[in-house]
Amino acid sequence: ELVGRARTVRRRFAVSGLVQGVGFRPFAYTTATGLGLAGSVTNTADGVAVEVEGCPDAVHEYGLRLREGPPLAVITAVEEREQEVRGTAGFRIEASTGGPARTLAAPDVAICDDCLGELRDPGGRRHRHPFISCVNCGPRYTIVTGLPYDRAATTMARFPMCGRCRAEYEDPADRRFHAQPIACHDCGPRLELILGPMTMTGADALSEARALLAAGRIVAVKGLGGYHLACDARNADAVAELRRRKRRGGKPFAVMVAGARTAYRIGVFTDRDRDLLAGARRPIVLVPRRSGGGLAGQVAPDSPDVGVMLAYTPLHVLLFGLPGDPPGPDVLVMTSGNVAGEPIVTDDADALRRLAGLADAWLRHDREIRVACDDSVVRGDVILRRARGYAPMPVPLPFAIGPSLAAGADAKNACAVGDGRSVWMSQHIGDMDDLSTVETLHTLAAHLGDIAGVEPKTLVTDQHPGYRSGCWARANAGGRPVRTVQHHHAHIAAVMAEHGLGAGERVIGIAFDGTGYGTDGAIWGGEILIAGYAGFERAGHVGYVPLAGGDASVRRTYRMALSHLRSAGVPWDPALPPVAACPEAERDILAHQLRTGLACVPTSSVGRLFDAVAAIAGVRQTVTYEGEAALVLEGLSRQAGGTAYPWKIDESGVADPGPLIRAVASDVLAGVPATLVGARFHAAVIDLIVTQAQRCRESTGLDVAALGGGVFQNAILLTGAVRELRDRGFVVLWPRLLPPNDGGIALGQLAVAGAA
Amino acid sequence: AGHGGGGAMSADLVRHLIVPGYGDAGGTAERDCAVVEAGGARLAFTTDAYVVQPMFFPGGSIGDLAVNGTVNDLAMAGATPLFLSAAFILEEGTPLADLGRITAAMGAAATAAGVRLVTGDTKVVGHGSGDGVYLTTSGVGVVADGVEIEPRRAAAGDAVLISGDLGRHGVAVLSRREGLEFATTVASDTAPLHGLVAAMLATGADLHVLRDPTRGGLAAALNEIAATARVGVELTERDLPVPDGVADACHLLGLDPLQVANEGRLVAFVRPDQADDVLAAMRAHPYGTGARRIGTCVAGHPGMVVARTALGGTRVISMPIGEQLPRIC
Ligand SMILES: [Fe+3]
Ligand SMILES: [Mg+2]
Ligand SMILES: [Zn+2]
Ligand SMILES: [Zn+2]
Repeated sequence: ELVGRARTVRRRFAVSGLVQGVGFRPFAYTTATGLGLAGSVTNTADGVAVEVEGCPDAVHEYGLRLREGPPLAVITAVEEREQEVRGTAGFRIEASTGGPARTLAAPDVAICDDCLGELRDPGGRRHRHPFISCVNCGPRYTIVTGLPYDRAATTMARFPMCGRCRAEYEDPADRRFHAQPIACHDCGPRLELILGPMTMTGADALSEARALLAAGRIVAVKGLGGYHLACDARNADAVAELRRRKRRGGKPFAVMVAGARTAYRIGVFTDRDRDLLAGARRPIVLVPRRSGGGLAGQVAPDSPDVGVMLAYTPLHVLLFGLPGDPPGPDVLVMTSGNVAGEPIVTDDADALRRLAGLADAWLRHDREIRVACDDSVVRGDVILRRARGYAPMPVPLPFAIGPSLAAGADAKNACAVGDGRSVWMSQHIGDMDDLSTVETLHTLAAHLGDIAGVEPKTLVTDQHPGYRSGCWARANAGGRPVRTVQHHHAHIAAVMAEHGLGAGERVIGIAFDGTGYGTDGAIWGGEILIAGYAGFERAGHVGYVPLAGGDASVRRTYRMALSHLRSAGVPWDPALPPVAACPEAERDILAHQLRTGLACVPTSSVGRLFDAVAAIAGVRQTVTYEGEAALVLEGLSRQAGGTAYPWKIDESGVADPGPLIRAVASDVLAGVPATLVGARFHAAVIDLIVTQAQRCRESTGLDVAALGGGVFQNAILLTGAVRELRDRGFVVLWPRLLPPNDGGIALGQLAVAGAA
Repeated sequence: AGHGGGGAMSADLVRHLIVPGYGDAGGTAERDCAVVEAGGARLAFTTDAYVVQPMFFPGGSIGDLAVNGTVNDLAMAGATPLFLSAAFILEEGTPLADLGRITAAMGAAATAAGVRLVTGDTKVVGHGSGDGVYLTTSGVGVVADGVEIEPRRAAAGDAVLISGDLGRHGVAVLSRREGLEFATTVASDTAPLHGLVAAMLATGADLHVLRDPTRGGLAAALNEIAATARVGVELTERDLPVPDGVADACHLLGLDPLQVANEGRLVAFVRPDQADDVLAAMRAHPYGTGARRIGTCVAGHPGMVVARTALGGTRVISMPIGEQLPRIC
C-alpha cells in the first residue's frame, strides 16, 4: 500500500427477511451514493443482494447502515463476502434475478415524517394531499390484490400516474421509487363527504367533516382498513349518542389524537408506550387515563384506562386540521364502523347502507380497501388485538411444517397459513357468531394463502364440536385432511413457537382462559399442561364446577357466582350481590340445574372464576361484552394490596376453588370493598400459578413456564406471575408477537399439527 | 352424552358407524323415512324408537308420540300413512296401569290419525335394565305419483314455512321430568300431520321439502336440509314464533328454543309463487292455524342457516351438538 492512496475494496451483502416491497433498493442506492460508494443492488429469490466498492471505512459503514435498513424492512440475516475489485463507477439498480421465491406483502404503515412535512409544506406539490405516501409509508396490505406486489396488483391500479408521479416512481434516487401507492392532487384518489343529499369534495369535504365533528355529530370516516365512526371525544352528548346508536353497552371506545402532546394530556405513557404511539405500526395504545384530561366519561365508562392512537393517515392529519385551519376537536372517538357483531365495513355502498342508522355523514374516497383490517391494540408488552400495522407479517417457526391452514378459534378469530418455517397470521377477524364474520374468515384464508404463496394441504381446527371455525374448515376441506388440536394445547404451543422452542422441547404450560373444549368433554380454562408440540399431559387444573346453560352463564355472571357458591358450600344469602341479582324463579331453577346437572357442563375456567368473583364482590352481575367483569375487576384491583385468598390443591393437581370462594363471600359479607377483594383474588391466581409451576418442576425437572390464554390480557396477573415465577428461578415465556387470547391460537394449531 | 341428542353427534354416529355397517344392504341416511317401490306401489316405510322420560307429560304420553311420530315421518315424505306396528320393551315392575294408559293413548292417536296398529311384539327386561317402557313403532304408507318431497329438493328462492309455534313439546317434557313448576302451562304439541300435508298438497303446489323438527328442534332440521341440498337458509329472527312460556323456560335454563324438540310441527320448503296458497291451506287446517313464513332458501352460504337479527346482524344458527356448550371465551 502506498501512503496517501486509499485502498479500494468490494463487498457483497446478501440480505434476507422482509426486504422486498419496502423500499430496500432505493435505500441501498441512496446510502451508497451518500457514502461515495459504487456498486449495484438487485432483488433475488432469497431477498436482496448488494455489492459496494470503495474505501474500507465507507464499506464498513455501509454494512452497518444496511443492517438497519429502511423503516419497513425486517432483516433476518446479512451475509457478507469479499469480492474482486472491479473498478466500476456509479451505483446501479439492476433487474431482479431469479424472481422472488415469495413476495411478501408488507403491513400498512403510518404516515412518515417526510410525508408529514410535505403535507404541511404550502410550497410543495403534495401540500394537503390526503393520500400522500412514499416508499416508507402508506397503505400496503389493505390495497394488495395479488402477486407480485406491483402497482397493477393494488387497488391503486385504477389511478394512472401523472407524468410527474411517474418520473418519481422511476427515479432510483427518489423516496417514491417504486412506491406503489404513489399519487398526487392531479392523479390520486378523490375525497368526498356525503351529507344527506349533498356531496362535497376535496378540501371542502374535510372542512365540513371537521365542522360536523365540532358540532357534536357522528361522521363515518374511511381509513386504511375500513370505516371508523368518529365523534368529538370531549363532547359527552356526542359520545353518549354514538354509544346509544352502536348499542355498545359499556365497552370502551378508542380515541385518536393529532399529536403526542395531546395524548400525554389524556393518558399516562411510559417510554415504551410513547414509542409505540408514534411508531410506524401506530396501534391503539392502552394506558391509564389521566384525571382531568377532559375526555367524556362515556368514552370508557367502566375502565380506568384509555386506548389512544395517533393519526396515522394523511387524511386523519388533515381531518384534525393543519395550523391556520378553523378549529375542530383535538381528540376523536374512533371506533370500528360496523353493526354490532359484524366485521368493520370497507365497501362504500355497504357503508352507506349498514351505517345508515349510525353516522350523520360519510367522509370517503375512491381508493378501494381490498381487505378489512381493524386497528391493533397494545398494552405494555402485550398485543391485545393484532391487525393493522402487524398483519400479515410472518412469524418465524422453529421447525419446518407442511403447507397448512389453521382456522383458529371462535372468539377473536384469526386464521393462519404456514409453510416451511413461516406462519402468516391473519389480522383479527372477530367473533364467529355472525355470518359476515364467517365469510370474512373464508375470504381472508384464501387471500392469505395467495399473498403468502401457500396452498394448504392440511387444515387444522379446534376440537370444540360446535365451533363455527371448525364447521367452516370441514365444509371447505375439499378432501384435504382436517386435524384438530386441543384449545389449551394450542395456546401453549403458540407461545412455544413464537419463542422459537425446538421440536423436542417441553414446558410447564399455564393456560388460563374463558372457554376451551377439553378432551373429556368439559369446558377447560384453568389448565396446567406439561406440553410439547406433539402432545401434552394435564398436570393440574382448577376444580370443576357446573356451568349451567351454556352461554347464559357467561352473559349472566351471577349464575356462575351462584354455581361457585354452591360448590363451595356457601349458602345463597341474599346479602350476597349475585344472589340478590338472580330473580327468584331463576334461582330455583338454577338450584335444580346445579343439583341434577340439567343442561350443565363441568368447567375449570379461570375466566368464569373471574366472573364469579366479580359478581360476588358486587362489581358486575351481567356483561355486555366478553371479559367485561374481569376487566372491571382488574381496574378496581390496581391500587389495593392484600393477602392472597387460599386454594386447596390435591396430589393430582386439582385446585379446589372452594376455600377461595368461601373467603371471598365472607369478606363481602363483612363489608370488605371490592377493590380489596379484587386485589386478594388477583394475588390468589398468581399464587396458584406459582404453586402449580413448582409442583410441575418437582415432578418433571422442567423450569420453563409458558403462559397463554385470554386471562393473561390481565396486566396485574401477567406482571405478577412473571415476577413471582422469575423470583423462583423459572424462565417465563408469554405471548409477545401475538395476542394471549384466542387471536393467537392459530399459530399453536399449525405448530402442533406440523410437529406431529 | 351427546350421541342421542339429535344433533351433530347422533348424525355422525348414523353416518360413520351404523350405515357403513350395513354395507351393500343399506340405503342412505338422508331422512327419517324411506320411499321404496314394491309390487308396483310407492311405499313409504319408517321406524322409530321412543325413549321418553317421563312417559306422561302435559299434552300427551309416550303412546301419542309413538303413533304421531311415525305417522309424521311418513307424512314428511308426502305419504298417506296406513299401517303401524308396535314393539314394547317393558321393564319389570312397570305398573300395568301405566301400560294400559299408554296403549289406550296409542289407540286413540291411531284412530284420530286414521291408521291401524296391525302387528307388534312385547319383551320384558329385568328391573334396572330399562326405564319403564321403551316403544318402537314402524309404519307403512303410500305415496301418490308425482309427489317428490325430499331434503335435496330445497332450492334457492323457496319460501320456508312453519306450521306453528316452536318448542312446546321439549319444554313440556322437561318441565314434567324435572318437576319445574314454572312451565306447567306449556303442553306438548304432539299431533299427526298427514292431514295437514294432504291439505297442502291439495293446493296443487310442488312441495320441495317437508320436515318435522323433532329432536334438535328447528335448528337441526334446517341445518340438515341445508347440508343435504347444499343451500343456505335465511330466517328472520323476529318472525320465529316462540311462545312466552317456552321463551321464559329457555331463558331461565339457558337453552336455545330453536334447539328444543317439537312433535306436532312441520317446516316446509315451497316455491315462492305457491307459498301464499300453501300458507292459506295450512292456516285453514286445525294443526296449521299458527302457520307462517319464517325465511327463505338462498344460494349463498351453502350448508349454513342464519337469522337476521333486530340489530341488523346475521346470526349463524348452528347444528345443535347434543349438549349446551358455551362457545364464548
Ligand atoms: Fe382460549
Ligand atoms: Mg323418525
Ligand atoms: Zn412517507
Ligand atoms: Zn400524480
